[in-house]
Parts: sequence; structure tokens; C-alpha cells
Amino acid sequence: MAKILLEMKNITKTFPGVKALDNVNLQVEEGEIHALVGENGAGKSTLMNVLSGIYPYGTYEGDIIYDGKTCKFSNIKDSEKLGIVIIHQELALVPEMTIGENMYLGNECGHRFAIDWNKTYSEADKYLKMVGLSESSKVQVKTIGTGKQQLVEIAKALAKKARLLILDEPTSSLNEEDSRALLDLMLSFKKQGMTMIIITHKLNEVSYVADKITVIRDGTTIETIDNHGKEPVSEERIIKGMVGREMTNRFPKREGVQIGDIEMEVSHWTVHHPLYPERKVVDDVSMYVRKGEVVGIYGLMGAGRTELAMSIFGQSYGVNFSGELKLNGRHVKLRKSEADAIRHKIAYVTEDRKGNGLVLSQSIKVNTSLANLNAISSRTVIDGDKEYAVAEEYRDKLKIKTPSVEQLVGNLSGGNQQKVLLAKWMFAEPDVLLLDEPTRGIDVGAKYEIYCIINDLAAAGKCVVLISSELPEVLGMSDRIYIMNEAKIVGEMKAEDATQENIMAMILRSGRGA
Amino acid sequence: MDKKTILAAFKKNAMLVVTILVYLFFLILTQGGIFSPSSFTELINQNAYVYILGAGMLMCMLTGGNIDLSCGAFVCLLGAFGGVFMIVQGMGTGVSILLLLLIGIVYGVILGYLVAYVHIPPWIATLAGYLAFRGWGTAILSANSKTGSLAPFPVDFQRIFYGRVFPSEKGVFNWPCFLFGLLAACLIIFLVFATRRNRLAKGYEADSVKSAALKSGLGSAAIILVMTKLSMDGGIPTTLLWVAGVVLIYSFITSKTTIGRHFYVVGGNMEAARLSGVNTRRIMFMAYLNMAVLTAIATMTVIARSQSAYADVGKNFEMDAISACVVGGVSASGGAGTVLGMVIGATLIGIINLGMSLISLDANYQRVVKGFVLLAAVVFDILSKKRQK
Repeated sequence: MAKILLEMKNITKTFPGVKALDNVNLQVEEGEIHALVGENGAGKSTLMNVLSGIYPYGTYEGDIIYDGKTCKFSNIKDSEKLGIVIIHQELALVPEMTIGENMYLGNECGHRFAIDWNKTYSEADKYLKMVGLSESSKVQVKTIGTGKQQLVEIAKALAKKARLLILDEPTSSLNEEDSRALLDLMLSFKKQGMTMIIITHKLNEVSYVADKITVIRDGTTIETIDNHGKEPVSEERIIKGMVGREMTNRFPKREGVQIGDIEMEVSHWTVHHPLYPERKVVDDVSMYVRKGEVVGIYGLMGAGRTELAMSIFGQSYGVNFSGELKLNGRHVKLRKSEADAIRHKIAYVTEDRKGNGLVLSQSIKVNTSLANLNAISSRTVIDGDKEYAVAEEYRDKLKIKTPSVEQLVGNLSGGNQQKVLLAKWMFAEPDVLLLDEPTRGIDVGAKYEIYCIINDLAAAGKCVVLISSELPEVLGMSDRIYIMNEAKIVGEMKAEDATQENIMAMILRSGRGA
Repeated sequence: MDKKTILAAFKKNAMLVVTILVYLFFLILTQGGIFSPSSFTELINQNAYVYILGAGMLMCMLTGGNIDLSCGAFVCLLGAFGGVFMIVQGMGTGVSILLLLLIGIVYGVILGYLVAYVHIPPWIATLAGYLAFRGWGTAILSANSKTGSLAPFPVDFQRIFYGRVFPSEKGVFNWPCFLFGLLAACLIIFLVFATRRNRLAKGYEADSVKSAALKSGLGSAAIILVMTKLSMDGGIPTTLLWVAGVVLIYSFITSKTTIGRHFYVVGGNMEAARLSGVNTRRIMFMAYLNMAVLTAIATMTVIARSQSAYADVGKNFEMDAISACVVGGVSASGGAGTVLGMVIGATLIGIINLGMSLISLDANYQRVVKGFVLLAAVVFDILSKKRQK
């Protein structure tokens, strides 16, 4: 048996009112890739913050034994000195600075009073080569893509002489290709003897790279699964540990839903880019949705899905619109107003809940009522009691986990935030819901709950347009699927006929034809 | 009530506690001078503009930490116009008041349009007014008067903005004022308990009887104290009516109306507000239109008190309004803050001002003290909130 590099013993960490970690144990062998999985809020990030010294020694109970010695870190510097380096989910790079400057930020090389720039850049280039980046370290970070920025983060970690590298959801903002490249890079580091811990929601990645998988649920370690068997550990096996029950079907069945008449129809819909008006972001799109139907729109990133949805929603994105919008068979005059779209019973549930979906500094209550304040007020005066009752109602309906609806949305986990966002739009009582990536960045359990909500909406006769870049989700949830590529709709399929293969083939074919 | 809840209440109302402590400090230093009836009148008259401008600045700051730098200089310009209307041209008081409000609306519409629809950053858009208006106002004043100031304003104008309601001789107890205070106190007690009963009836969380009694008791005691003092000093100053009117109206708007809610969400997340159907541009427009109109009202209380329009009137008023907001816990990045907080902030500044002039501290040192006390107050507030977490 290989040497144990890190052992975390009986770690317990309490925040006022909550026990975030309860006797968690973790053993990491030298030279392995150890995956840490669990639902949002299960305590993965807290555990890593304990390890890296963000929560200093004394604020938690239990022991950290690293390289045979018990460690008492009082800040990040202490843990980094021993080679424990953490790469956080949100990239911590300064866009205006060069790659080299970023890599040595807070760790500048040179004398006490002056930075040795030659050394900085030559060292930086060395590490960039190790992660397979050909860019010069003198290039500004903002000029390279997210995939490459993630690699810069890794190079930065290497520059700190990392022995134990912790990656917190490193692929959450990367596309398939970049993700695969990153995982392969991890495997090559492993060969060189590096030890790594990866936190991720993407279970296919776990079975691809991990040697061992530790599952955390509700702040306790559930099990550690060995991934050295002949067959890789199945995703169902991991999910079972994460949610505590067998999940035979990741997509709940929708039963007995009557699909009715056409509710919304757009034809020859064309939208131009707001900054480059000559560029079409949506090009001659025609589509329709029936009552009680879930229509999936699948496309790669940048295919124009979000632009299509936002332009239908009160022209909230783009310029120079043309085309026709019909609701319930009636032609709707187009106006550039979100309030107008809401009046016409259209809702757009954004893909970016923190950026333009929720007001994080306000309570669940305020966010829930925001899109339909008139319903809880008379002559512009808000009925506070009614508002509270509405928020409570949706908290129950959508199972939002919170002690009170007065809780600030910024304090909730991703899955619960997503539910508040849905609550806001359900309270606006729309007939058509444009759901843009409704399950991005949330865990399996919460995803399942969101799928159930979508089914309930369809059962209530609403039209749901489900935009997603996760193909299994589109396949599992939709009645009918539109495939978008390069601003156009390139295909339409019934769910029964659709498979991953023929959808991808359709996209590839259309790309070649263009 | 145990120690813990008392401590929590203190922390929650840290700035109120600071204000009371500062008051007690000056009470000792002035040997009770600051507790005299005339001090109460003075506190209100001297600071009326801070409350009124503070309410306007609060609305601007809510939309995302935006400020209006031009309001102090605009006071000077409006004062000059007021002087020309009432003193030089001899126009009627009512007409003059309407004209001043109209000028406020015109400026507010232009400023609001530039900020909301042309997307000029507010501090740049208002910097122009800051630079231009005082020059313009001074030019008008020196063109119409050799001394560079216009005085005195008509008696009826002063009666509206710097007079007394049911005036009585000094030293004679003013019963209407006292009764009004009693009425207000009873109203507060009634409102606190009525809301509590209402909430309990609907099954919501409500204050305990003890804390409701404490809250309404302290509030009504403070009102009765102030009104008793005012009764001994000739009655309710009309400035108090203006201030109370503005404070009550804006408390209501910010806490109870949809439009008030829109101000908070625009400041909290502009894009989310827009995509929820809030007309974000209209909110920005209204913030600055509102500010200009309130500046017109503040101007009238100020020139009525000084009885003249002069070049230096309104100097640093914008800073006073901003400090009242910031000290009162209004977020410098927008989306959070209450009228009550601003009122406490403005009162703290007012007490410091009055206290220092009562002990006749040198004007230069007054500024030094004010600067440090304000910083200390905010530091104390933030530290006490931090520990709460």
C-alpha cells in the first residue's frame, strides 16, 4: 500500500447554527487522484477550506496529518509552504494583468523591494509549457479564453511548488473539449507523482480520472469507493451515495399530459448583435410551442439559443429585429419592453442567476414577488403580509431549503437560488416559460427536483422551452427538440427519434454545409 | 429580557446608541446647555436641510451608490433666483415658491434625462452643476446687489419656512404643540400594537409584548420630550413640519410601495431588475428629478432661516447629505439603506454641529472633530455588525 500523504481525522466544523462538517474523515494516498463528490452544500468546499487554512486551526475540531506530521495552519500561506495548493472554482485572475504577473501574484519573485521581472517571466514560461500552453506569459489574461485561463491557474499552482493540488470544480465553465484536455493533463501529472483532489459535479469525469472517490453527504463522509476495478464505477453507483437513495431514473416521467394547441409561434425571427449590428445572432428562426409541451433547444455554446430566448422576451437582447411573434394564434405587436413581455405572459428564466437573475442582497421574499409586484399590491402600495404569504407558498411548493423567507438570496446554495428564480417566474403566472440552462451548476438531487417542477408546469398546461447544453437533459425532458447551430435552427426532432448521435451529426453536417 | 437580547438590540441599533452617547457627552460638556428648549428648536432649524436633502440623496444612492454633487451649488442658484423674485421683482410669495419648484423640476428633468437615458455617469453629470451653479448664482446676486447678497425675504415667506405653528411668546407654555406631541406619541403606540395584533392574527412572527412596549415606549417618550421642550420655546417650528412630512412620505415610499421596491432592486442588481420588467431608466430618471425638487424645498428652508440669499449659501450641503446617508447605514454601492437610518445619521451630525458651536469651538477645529467623529461612528457601526455574524 502506498504511503498516505494526507489524512483528515474527525473534522468537525460548526458555523453559528449549522454543523457544516460532522466527523469527516479523508485519506489521500501519495500519487493518486482523489475525487470528492457530494451535493451542493454537502460540505466539500468547507472541508477544503479547513485543509488549506482558510478556516485556521482552532476554528474546527479534528486533526490534519500531512506527510506524517500534524498540521496547524493559521492561514493559506502556511499550507502553501507545505505544497498544498487550492484552485478555486471561480477563477481568481486579474484580467488586466499579464499571465506572468497573475502567476506570481502575492508570491512575487525578486528582492524585498523590487520584482525581478526577467526571472518572473522566464519561470512563468517554464510552467506554462508544463501545462501545455504555448502563449507567452507577457500576454494579458483577458485576451485568452476560459479554458486557457484555467490552465494558467494550474500553472500558477505549479509555480507554488504544489505537492497536493486541490481543484474545485475545474471544468464547470469549460466546454467538452477543454474539459477533456484538462483531465488528461491531470492524468499526466499523476504519472509524474503529483497528488490531486478534484471536486466536481460531473460524474463522468470522476470515473475517468479518479483512483478513489469519497462521497460526502450532509457534512459527513458516507463512503470511499475504489475506482480500480475492472469496470469503472458507474454513475448510478456514485449518485446513490450522494443522494442516499437509488436513482433509477434521472429524469422523472411526465404522465397523462395533454398537449394542446399552439400557444406561441415565431416565424422568420432575425436578431442582430447589439455591438456589431451587421452580425446576425439569430437568423431566420421559425419555431412553435404547444400548450403542455416541453420543447428542448439544443446547441453548442454560442449557437444563439440565449439570444433567441431573450429576444423573444421583450427584445431584451439584440438590435434590428425582424420576424413575427404569434401568441394563441394572434399576432403580437413587437415592443422593446420586458414589462410588455411579462404582460403577454412570457417569462425568461436566465442562465446566469447571479448575474441577471436574482438580487442577491435582497431576501427570498423580495425576489419572489419582483416580477409580479402588482399582484400583491393595491394602488402601488405593497401588502407586506400578502407578499410574505406568497413567498411562503412558493417555498413549500418548490421545497426551498431555508429557515425563513426573509433570508438573503446570496446566502443560499446554487440549487436553492435556482428555485427562487423559478419561483419568481412562476409567480408571474406566465403561459410560456423560456428556461435557459435551468440546472447549470447545481447538484443531482436539486436537478431532479427542478425536472419535477418542469413536469408540473407542463401538466398545468404551460409551454416550456428548455434550453440546455447538456444533451442527456434535453433528450430526457423534451417532447420535441430543436437543434440550433450558428444562429440558425438546423433541425427538429421528436423525442422518440432523437439520440445523442443523430443530434450531433446534424450539427456537424450543418457546420460543414455553411 | 436577558443579557444576550439586550446586547443584540444594542448592536442592531449601534448608530442610535452612538448618537445618544455623543448627545450625553455634549450634555456634560455644555453643562446641560444642549438640553435647553432653544437648543431643540435650533437643532431642528439648523439641520432641516440635511434631512430633506438626505432623503433625496438616499433615493439616488439606493439606485447603485449614485450621488448628486450639484445640490449644494443648486441651493445657491435657487437662493439667488428666490432673492430676485421676491426682493428685486417683488413677486408674491406663492408665485415665487411655485417658480422655484418649477426651476427645480426643469433641472431635475434635464439631469435625470442625462443620467438615465444618455447614460452619463451621475457624478460627472452633477459635477457640471457643482461647478456652474454657484458661479451663476453669485453672478446673479452681484448683478442685483452691491453687497453680493439679497435680503430680507418677505415676512409671509419666512412664516412658511421659518415660522411657528400656533406661535406663542417665549416662556409661555405652548399647549397646541404639547397636545400634538401627545397625539403623535399615542399614534405610535397604537400603530406598533395594531401591526403586532394584525400579524399575530394572520399567524406571522411578531415582536414580543415586552419588546413592542419597549419600542413604542422609547419612541413616544422621545417625541414627548422633544415636543415638551418645543412647547417651552414658542411652539412647533414650521421646519419641523417640512422635515416630518418629507421623512414620513419617503419612509412610506421606500418601505411600502412598488416604486420604492424598484429603487432597491435596481441598486441591488440592475440587470435582474430590468429582466423582471422594472423600467430601470425611469427609476434613475425619477431619482434625480426627485433630488432636484427636494433641493428646491431645502433651499427655501435655508434662505428663510438666514433671511438672505448669499454666495456661500449651500456650501458643502451635498457632503452633509451624503454623510447623513453613509453614517445612517445606506450602502455606498446601492440597494440597501432606510430613511430611518438616514434620519439617525443626520441627527448625529446635527448634534455634533450644535454641540460644538455651543462650546464655541474654533470653526477649523470643528471640522477636524466632525471628520474624525464621523469616521469613528462608521467604524464602530461596521465592527459591531461584523461581530454579529
